[in-house]
Amino acid sequence: MRIRIHHETAYTYDRPAQSVIQILRLTPRDHEGQYVRRWRIDLDHGGVLRQREDAFGNIIHVLSASGEFTQFSLSVDGEVETQDTAGIVRGATEHFPPALYLRETALTRPDAAIVDFARSAAGKSKNGPLDRLHKLLVELHDHMSFEIGTTDSGTSAIEAFQSGRGVCQDLSHVFIAAARTLGIPCRYVAGHLFRSDMVTPQEAGHAWAEAHIPDLGWIGFDPANGISPTDSYVRVAIGLDALGAAPVRGAQIGGSDEKLAVTVTVDQTAQQQQQQS
Amino acid sequence: MAFDEMTEGGGGVRAPYEKIAQWLETVPREQLQQRRLEAELFFRRGGITFAVYGDAQGEERIIPYDIVPRVLARAEWEHLARGLEQRVRTLNLYLADVYGAQNAMRAGIVPPDLVWQNPAYRPEMAGIEVPHGVYVHIGGIDVVRVDADDFYVLEDNARTPSGVSYMLEGREISIRLMPELFGQHRVAPIENYANELLSSLRSVAPRNSAADPTVALLTPGQYNSAYYEHSFLADKMGVELVEGRDLLVKDEVVYMRTTEGPKRVDVIYRRVDDEFIDPLTFRPDSGLGVPGLFAAYAAGNVTLANAIGTGAADDKVIYSYIPELIRFYLGEEPILKNVPTWRCREPEALQYVLDHLAELVVKETHGSGGYGMLVGPHASSSEIETFRALLKANPEGYIAQPTLSLSTCPTFVESGIAPRHVDLRPFVLSGSDGVRIVPGGLTRVAMRDGSLVVNSSQGGGLKDTWVIE
Amino acid sequence: MLSRTADSLYWLSRYIERADYLARSIEAAQRLSSLPAAYAGEANEWESAVETAGSGEIFHEKHETATAETVAHFLICSPDNPSSIVKCFESARTNARAVRTALTSEMWDAINGAWLELQGLNPSKLTPRDWPKFLAWVKETSLRVDGSAYRTMLRNDAYWFSRLGVSVERADNTARLLDVKYHILLPENATVGGAIDYSQWAAILRAVSALTSYHWVYRESLKPWLIADLLILNTQMPRSLAACYHSIVANLDEIAGAYNRAGPAQRTARAIHRQLGATKIEQVFQSGLHEFITTFIADNNRVGSAISSQYLV
Repeated sequence: MRIRIHHETAYTYDRPAQSVIQILRLTPRDHEGQYVRRWRIDLDHGGVLRQREDAFGNIIHVLSASGEFTQFSLSVDGEVETQDTAGIVRGATEHFPPALYLRETALTRPDAAIVDFARSAAGKSKNGPLDRLHKLLVELHDHMSFEIGTTDSGTSAIEAFQSGRGVCQDLSHVFIAAARTLGIPCRYVAGHLFRSDMVTPQEAGHAWAEAHIPDLGWIGFDPANGISPTDSYVRVAIGLDALGAAPVRGAQIGGSDEKLAVTVTVDQTAQQQQQQS
Repeated sequence: MAFDEMTEGGGGVRAPYEKIAQWLETVPREQLQQRRLEAELFFRRGGITFAVYGDAQGEERIIPYDIVPRVLARAEWEHLARGLEQRVRTLNLYLADVYGAQNAMRAGIVPPDLVWQNPAYRPEMAGIEVPHGVYVHIGGIDVVRVDADDFYVLEDNARTPSGVSYMLEGREISIRLMPELFGQHRVAPIENYANELLSSLRSVAPRNSAADPTVALLTPGQYNSAYYEHSFLADKMGVELVEGRDLLVKDEVVYMRTTEGPKRVDVIYRRVDDEFIDPLTFRPDSGLGVPGLFAAYAAGNVTLANAIGTGAADDKVIYSYIPELIRFYLGEEPILKNVPTWRCREPEALQYVLDHLAELVVKETHGSGGYGMLVGPHASSSEIETFRALLKANPEGYIAQPTLSLSTCPTFVESGIAPRHVDLRPFVLSGSDGVRIVPGGLTRVAMRDGSLVVNSSQGGGLKDTWVIE
Repeated sequence: MLSRTADSLYWLSRYIERADYLARSIEAAQRLSSLPAAYAGEANEWESAVETAGSGEIFHEKHETATAETVAHFLICSPDNPSSIVKCFESARTNARAVRTALTSEMWDAINGAWLELQGLNPSKLTPRDWPKFLAWVKETSLRVDGSAYRTMLRNDAYWFSRLGVSVERADNTARLLDVKYHILLPENATVGGAIDYSQWAAILRAVSALTSYHWVYRESLKPWLIADLLILNTQMPRSLAACYHSIVANLDEIAGAYNRAGPAQRTARAIHRQLGATKIEQVFQSGLHEFITTFIADNNRVGSAISSQYLV
């Protein structure tokens, strides 16, 4: 599938900002199921973008802008060709052995309830880790409801699990916490999801988890939708949790009352047809 | 019976202590008491205090200061210094390894999960080339002595070791309050510490910085328990004492805000913990850090001393592998001994520890400051049972060691002069041009009779440390 | 120098100067209100004391009427007042502590010592009987801090920023006093010239410690236009607006010289200084004393903001 992604982030300030610095994780990389045909980031305000790679292998941009401004915006436009690999991610840039992804973070720390949940879900399977993870995925998808507005970017897995509600970030955090308590390396993926039934433009990207199984490698699990990623998914950044894979982390100096408007459009690009003459 | 550094436990007096022993014979108790009060007054007036975390009173406290110096002979010191240098070189090589090639893990010396699962390991640092390959610019290595010949390393402090201001102020007190005793010895000077620190920091400036690099000391601010030390060191080095809000990052370069506009900073001696240093990379709620600092660091435009993630080398489990790592990286035999350590994560070790709790010291793998520690021989049976439960629930969180018979030094206490257990924290500086150690360190003394806990948070006191010819 | 350091030096001086001014204005009000009504006039001196402190609004959120007790307590130590004398000392000490290494030990001792003494004085327990002694202590402290700065600080940017703080605050205080009292100095009152006016006029001068100076300068009985001249234009009088601007310009020039660069702060301050130098007191009265003072207060704030954005942030 060819997926076109366009998103714009607009910042406005009541009092002008003197400088803005941001770390952007907005640029996808290739792997076997994904080929980035074109990708570009534009700033409407004069600023510097430096491309780097972070320790996890994500492409990052360090954005620096200075001068008095009351608004600036950032737009991303690109096109990615995807293939359905049954959720298996091969050929991605990997800098760490899977064992690193057993680390606990503040957002993915489990409590007794998550541990119990993970054990009981996994206990329903007599087969290997893949089956256990699918059980966990299904149980979690049933147990927690997708609900916007009840959690925020700082909500932990424990809090989200307790409330039984959350967005894709929260469900992924719980999945990650649970998988790690089973001794399975697991990580967070930030990306985009194309859905033909989705109203566009949306307000945010999508997120899911990837778990590592020795003979298979990394496999995606999307607890918000209860499935493994398909060719409708574009994988942008990975991390130990949402914070580590955050599309934008920034700070501004001088400005007050930063307001943010984000719009994301994910479209299927029409397949080109041979011109009939 | 512990080794006494003055009397060796017997009737005689060891050579380095000859003059101290004479002095202690002759000086009246009231005079000692008077001088101790003056020393405390000196600390109080200078605002040289520390705060104890978790203390309900939360007041600023003065550390008890014992005016009887602790003495090391030149030869003893030189042996120790060689061992310290070897130790810190190894810590630096180990950190370069865990954030780089991972040779020690591949060679099976350190189990990989001790690296990947270590909470103090910072994945963000992997693959980053730190300027001049130095991670631990300032190391505090806690050593203890058990007999005339043997020094043991008790703990490596590779994050932001503190206490050097007490070492320097302690020497000031010796010179002022006991000129007659000080004058009888040829004591190696330590007052050049700040100068050595500055040279060391300047030597590790990024290669692209100016010929005359700018150094700044980053403090969490005046409410931090070690703020006195931060301002003391900045002042002695003649560098700016900055807070996070004084620094800004523009296009991956760090500047400080000055009255003459932004001024580039090349080396930051930071006394802010890893987690708080940059809200865009670590804890997003930190107000103490500098947004974008890590990006500037990763781009090689600023040196952080110590490097981020040095805690991966100084927890109590990694400690147990250091002798092996010395052999692995340097091909040398360790000069300083390690205390035998049972890693409770290993089932046989755990069993042994559980069977011998009453004889052992049990410590939290990532604890510090003498908190969360069981000293078996001094513990009640209910304390032992509490630790037994803790150990069973979370064996990975603990190590155990035999109780070492720390050496004692003559100390002025209520009952007069009496032997008290001591340790020593020398400060080891690493620059691009080698290792520097000023002769001496911070001697911590357990003021209570028989106590082995020297931490100031647990009522320990301090002594000046003299290295004499 | 770090901007934060300069900011702290500037503000610690401002807070100490403000505490001094508050002490003087309480003293003046106390003196005036203790006179029989025939001499003191109808006006509520305590009301005007709280107004000249620029705290009228906050005060009246809590208190209906201004009395000796409520106002003195408010200006000395009320926790509701963000610029009480106690709060000024606290803020000065916090700033001093943050830049301790930029201070001489004498300056630190003066500020820290005062703060420690203040803990012992327990200001919230003071009764009107204790006020004179306490206020004298406040004035002495300000002298001690000022004197230790003058005698011990290196003549570099640290010193100049601390002097700037004193002068900008002082100009603001003198102007506020004139703003609240200007009607007493208006010519239509001058013809009366009775005991009431004398007391009122003298109170203004006392609030800025200028009663004796007045006589030395003018060798005349109190005349409202001369009082205005002394407080606005006379460069010999250290609290006059002109003298303050003389000092502001001199210190800003030192800074510009050291940094090889002048900016909006210098330009704004020089313009005000020039204008004060070219003005005659008659012109001030012709075009309106009140308007003149209002404009000055706004100008002085502009200088404060220019100093801040040019150097302190």
